[in-house]
Amino acid sequence: MQLDEHLFRREAGRMVATLTRIFGVQNLALAEDVVQDAFCRALEVWKYRGAPENPSAWLMATAKNRALDILRRERTALTFAPELTRWLESEWTLRPTVDEFFAPNAIKDDQLRMMFSCCHPRLPEEAQVALVLHILCGFSVDEIAGAFVSNHAAIEKRITRSKKILAGSKRLFEIADAADFAARLPAVHRALYLLFNEGYHGASAESAVRVELCQEAMRLAALLFDHPLAAIPATYALSAMMCLHAARSPARLDASGNLSALADQDRSRWDAKLIAEGQRLLDLSASGAELTEYHVEAAIAAVHACAARVEETDWKHIASLYDTLMRLRPSPVVALNRAIAIAQLEGPQRGLEEIRAIANLERLSSYPFYFAALGELELRSGHRETARKHFRAAMKQARNSMERKFLEQRTDACEVPS
Amino acid sequence: MSEFVFLYRNELTGAPPASPEQMQQTMQKWMAWMKEMGEKGQLKNAGHPLDRTGKVVKGKQKTVIDGPFTESKDIVGGYSLVEAKDIAQAVEISLGCPIFESGGMVEVRPVMKM
Repeated sequence: MQLDEHLFRREAGRMVATLTRIFGVQNLALAEDVVQDAFCRALEVWKYRGAPENPSAWLMATAKNRALDILRRERTALTFAPELTRWLESEWTLRPTVDEFFAPNAIKDDQLRMMFSCCHPRLPEEAQVALVLHILCGFSVDEIAGAFVSNHAAIEKRITRSKKILAGSKRLFEIADAADFAARLPAVHRALYLLFNEGYHGASAESAVRVELCQEAMRLAALLFDHPLAAIPATYALSAMMCLHAARSPARLDASGNLSALADQDRSRWDAKLIAEGQRLLDLSASGAELTEYHVEAAIAAVHACAARVEETDWKHIASLYDTLMRLRPSPVVALNRAIAIAQLEGPQRGLEEIRAIANLERLSSYPFYFAALGELELRSGHRETARKHFRAAMKQARNSMERKFLEQRTDACEVPS
Repeated sequence: MSEFVFLYRNELTGAPPASPEQMQQTMQKWMAWMKEMGEKGQLKNAGHPLDRTGKVVKGKQKTVIDGPFTESKDIVGGYSLVEAKDIAQAVEISLGCPIFESGGMVEVRPVMKM
């Protein structure tokens, strides 16, 4: 019996979500202990016997039995989910109630409940993302620190503090309340967007880690469609954006494992299935009156995906989409991308003008691809010396060896061919 | 061929618990190792894991003490029954055990022939 890759991680999130629903959010730590126990048991037993037919069901059943033990034993000492108290108190209703919460559909809802709870307004965005990764995706503190290129102590502090706030919030987010649901949904979108972006553009040098972050963001986003209140155009647009970006990831590294710029990628390596799925979701997102930044980012990715060769890219369309994005969510990085599109359309000099006109330009001073864009446009204008200076500046800001190597190659490209 | 018991011993450390991902990886290594021994006909019986709790009964007074067994630095976490030509080959088989990565040990003991 071959186990699915990351089975434990995925099951950890599902089990913690369900157990917290039953134990109450104040007993989050207890839920985590039960999950750890279930894994320890699996580790011991499967070692000798091999994995069971249905490993997920085995883990769930183990967690459920342990939960029943605790509910019986600690009935008087602990308070569990307040709204369930009367069902958990009597032997007549205890088992059926717990069974109900471990049914597949209930588990899905529990994950949504947890996802919305993690996006608590009292938590800063980066803490929400870390909490989602930790609780719902089963990432340890070290694994999160690795993915975010941060140190263990900083992430541990962030997670401990966030868990305290979550555990102190009295109860999990109630997903049945349509008004509350709609009010919290944008924060959930944002957290999943940031999680995906950390994977796609993040600083970690390990592409495997980054692919995992993207996959987790996509998995959680897909959970949203299954809930009628979350299946709204913005959700489809967010998922479309993720699919269309993820479709390009197989081509982001060339044959020798080096970063490859969008223009140089072997487009035959783009994932056609993901592009088709992204297009389908983008079509689904095109209803209603609301235009979100996810719609625009997905549309930009779709224009790129449509071009079989870089020369066929509809830069005019892309530049106008960046205009729209600047209105919806202005930022120096968006402005930089807009300038690059304009350079494609009207020449490198126009691109450089646009870059110089970016508001809050100083916020890009540690962003390696700001200097790289300057270098690229100067190189295209024939200013090799200036271009080289920019690429060197970019190299100083490189966040990992892959970026450094990529920028080194661009610096070499500034040499006059002999 | 002779029979040997592998006793898997682990120290009880205060190290932080492994992440789900690490646990899955450890388990897959064990499963692969057991499978390999099985395919080579070396595994007479995979054996069993042992619970980390229990009792120790000792002395003329038959005193009953609760586990975990604080007196011994390491405890037996499980056992397997292995077939090998001689102790040298049994030891060689044990070298593939993933327990060494987590600082554990394998005690290789020949089963006495009656």
